[in-house]
Amino acid sequence: MHSDQAEVKKSVRSYMTVFVMLMVFTVLTVAASRFHLAVPVAITLALVIAAMKGSMVASVFMHLSHEKRAIYGALLLTIVFFLVLLFIPVLSMMDHIGTPK
Amino acid sequence: MIIPYTVEARPDTGLHNGKLGIWLFLASEVMLFGALFSSYILLRVGAPEWPHHELSVKLGAINTIILISSSVTMVMAWASLKMNDFKKHRLYLLATFALSAFFLVNKYFEYSEHLSKGEGPWHSTFFAIYFTMTGLHGLHILGGMVVMAYFLGPGAGLWKKNPEQFTNRIEITGLYWHFVDLVWIFLFPVLYLL
Amino acid sequence: MDKAATIGAMAPGHAHEHEHEELGFWRTYVFSQDHKVIGIQYTITGLLFLLFGFTLMMIMRWQLAYPMRPIPFVGNWFGAANAPGGVMLPEFYNQLGAMHGTIMVFLGVVPLAVGGFGNFVMPLQIGAPDMAFPKLNMMSYWVYFIGGVAMLTGFVMPGGAAQSGWTSYPPLSDIATTGQTVWLIGMIFLITSSLLGSINFIVTIVQLRAKGLTFMRLPFFVWAQFVTSFLLLLAFPPLEAAGVLQLMDRLAGTSFFLPSGLVVSGRPLLVSGGGSPLLWQHLFWFLAHPEVYVLILPAMGIVAEVIANNTRKPLWGYRAMVYSVAFLGFMSFIVWAHHMFMTGMGTTMAAFFQTTTMIISIPSVVILTALLLSLWGASIRFTTPMLFALAFLPMFGIGGLTGLPLGLAPSDIHLHDTYYVIGHFHYVVAPGTIFALFAGVYYWFPKATGRKMNETLGAIHFWGSFICINFVFMPMFIQGLGGMNRRMYDGGAQYIHNAGLLKWNIVIGFGAWGLGLFQIPFIINFFSSIKGGKRVGDNPWDATTLEWSAPSPPGHGNFLTEPIVYRGPYEYSVPGADKDFTPQFEPDKEKPGQSGVGRGGQN
Ligand code: HEM
Ligand SMILES: [Cu+2]
Repeated sequence: MHSDQAEVKKSVRSYMTVFVMLMVFTVLTVAASRFHLAVPVAITLALVIAAMKGSMVASVFMHLSHEKRAIYGALLLTIVFFLVLLFIPVLSMMDHIGTPK
Repeated sequence: MIIPYTVEARPDTGLHNGKLGIWLFLASEVMLFGALFSSYILLRVGAPEWPHHELSVKLGAINTIILISSSVTMVMAWASLKMNDFKKHRLYLLATFALSAFFLVNKYFEYSEHLSKGEGPWHSTFFAIYFTMTGLHGLHILGGMVVMAYFLGPGAGLWKKNPEQFTNRIEITGLYWHFVDLVWIFLFPVLYLL
Repeated sequence: MDKAATIGAMAPGHAHEHEHEELGFWRTYVFSQDHKVIGIQYTITGLLFLLFGFTLMMIMRWQLAYPMRPIPFVGNWFGAANAPGGVMLPEFYNQLGAMHGTIMVFLGVVPLAVGGFGNFVMPLQIGAPDMAFPKLNMMSYWVYFIGGVAMLTGFVMPGGAAQSGWTSYPPLSDIATTGQTVWLIGMIFLITSSLLGSINFIVTIVQLRAKGLTFMRLPFFVWAQFVTSFLLLLAFPPLEAAGVLQLMDRLAGTSFFLPSGLVVSGRPLLVSGGGSPLLWQHLFWFLAHPEVYVLILPAMGIVAEVIANNTRKPLWGYRAMVYSVAFLGFMSFIVWAHHMFMTGMGTTMAAFFQTTTMIISIPSVVILTALLLSLWGASIRFTTPMLFALAFLPMFGIGGLTGLPLGLAPSDIHLHDTYYVIGHFHYVVAPGTIFALFAGVYYWFPKATGRKMNETLGAIHFWGSFICINFVFMPMFIQGLGGMNRRMYDGGAQYIHNAGLLKWNIVIGFGAWGLGLFQIPFIINFFSSIKGGKRVGDNPWDATTLEWSAPSPPGHGNFLTEPIVYRGPYEYSVPGADKDFTPQFEPDKEKPGQSGVGRGGQN
């Protein structure tokens, strides 16, 4: 927040680096999908790339790499519940008595 | 009466109200899209088969590039304000606005292509989830465009009166915008590639 | 160069401009941005919705007590489509049931507990001039209002209002009449309103606390609102998503919740299929279990304030209560599937959810025990708010304890969807939460109006309600244990095992109508006291928290001087003090220089 102009200039450079990286990763993920990898491998690869892109956007563009404690706290809580929401329903669907589905 | 910490940061938390507010809003958005991704996983795991390559990877990839670029112009619109260059800020903000419009135009062609083939949301679980997720995401883009239009138009006057508050507002708009970009970064592989 | 400095210098000038602005009628009372006015708007709207929802139930109770007999007084208001000859049709019963549940939970209790009390009391208790985002606050109220009205329009839709229960389970809800669509649209408005509200609450509590008010010096009520806001913020969006999916199913022909091969009235349903009804249940209960804590936590907060004030003692175990409420909030996100033991859940997942459910009852018990122990050795002032707060303790106790057998799959398999469940949650919400809300109305009424409510009418209201409400809900445990199903419009008369249980419906009916009668003294008291109640000063209850340092009623901006906090929230009967309460806003007498700002909370 209180960064003076020199510091802003420095972050502009990192924005550009991230921009290039995001483009490269986009090309990579599209290219990987052309290879007809086995489905589990393809899914893992695509999600890993997406996660890397996402964390770059979050940490650099959204300045999460140096944020205040209150925000980290709120986001940590959110991530925990997000993971619960993402996986527990499907886990309980797979652990099922009788015919699944 | 004046509400404290609308512009300057509260010393012990280091935050101004808007900053905390937008992050909380984004937290709720994470849960909103989280529920949709969860539905996607559950339905896909439960499906006997899942269609592949139903969508045009080319259009999807172009839109990815557009959104990533718009994120960069957005963050530059904020950085320009930090460097006291209002003219440049307006240029970057305008560019962001234009890129988001491109995104929606692209999406429009994509939608109408599928609809003309009869592949509407009623067609299959895949198209149901595709239209719902990208539709909701598209609404978020539209919302962002309304905010940007406001800051290009009537909202811009604040820069003269209270530059720090204006910069804060652009930062907040940016945070929202990067989040919309981030959602797309996951939507693209999930819907187009896998 | 130094931008921040110039801004800082500008800000106070701004304040003066706004201070003397005169607002017209509309912006003072209708589209107000003042948290107190918005709080009162929420309170009155919430109370009206509670009355309306309760009326629906009184009508249903006639049908259950005297099946197929014309409803007295109001029977022929409903038209031939709903009640030909005044006799209720099953479809109409279902509409009333679904709308009763929805209205009570989403339009009554939550707006009252969070929108009403939270809005009015919380900023005052933390010494803030208003909410962090006043405009957003106004929007929350009006979005809620629109959502409520949208939902009520269901009654005039073809086919009537939503009739798939407050849980709206598909596939039934997917193929239900138009009323379900407006139910969903109404829900989306309500959820949006809650989200705006919860962001506002959290930011206000984190950012606008007065000088010296550390987290461990917050009144318990503020803590309860804080945790509640997080529940609303993070649990509601999945239901919003689910609502969108169900709307897609109903309007765009998708099959998110429709499995393949569904046959309706003998005809196969022409949809793509492939959906999962259980998906809805997961998303719904992901919200709806935290939601039950949204219903109870603010109530606990109110009870804590009233008990501390009327026992003239510090709360017993304030710190333990704070940790418990935070833990409770966290755990409430991972117990939801205890509502789904009967959906064919396997033993592994069932074990997980049984364990978390048992764990979550621990902090509830800690809070209840702390409140009970607070009474120990106190010379209690039996004011009307205290009567309601005291009744809350055993009533919530019954509700909570009857939840345990429901949280264990082996017993829940027998009890699920019986009147036992209805008894369980009503004990928590009705003589629990709603009694606490009444306590809050009586307790803070003087702050909002400058006048007290009448104590005699208050006592009549309390004792009448307390006795009647137990006649309503206690028999439900008997019926439920006997196997009587919920949601049957004739009480399930065709089943032999119900034969001996139906007579209780008459008892319950009279309990419910009696309960209705005993709300009349409250309504009279509420309105007559606004103008005619006994005038009181700023601190009529001799209380310690910050809201009592503001004028009654507080003006725009709340406090006459900037409030500073010197101590924890419940310093009652401090040894050596000159009176039996030492408010948070009173500086230390001995060492005036040492303000205590920044010192830790109380022990
Ligand atoms: C203290 C520990 C509690 C436990 C262990 C518990 C457990 C349960 C369980 C397992 C069910 C599902 C029963 C079934 O459908 O078969 C249930 C239903 C319910 N509980 Fe609780 N509960 C507790 C507290 C609360 C509280 C504090 C509230 C509200 C303020 C509440 C409100 C409800 C509601 C509304 C339902 C019924 C939902 C429906 O099916 O319509 N419970 N409870
Ligand atoms: Cu539950």
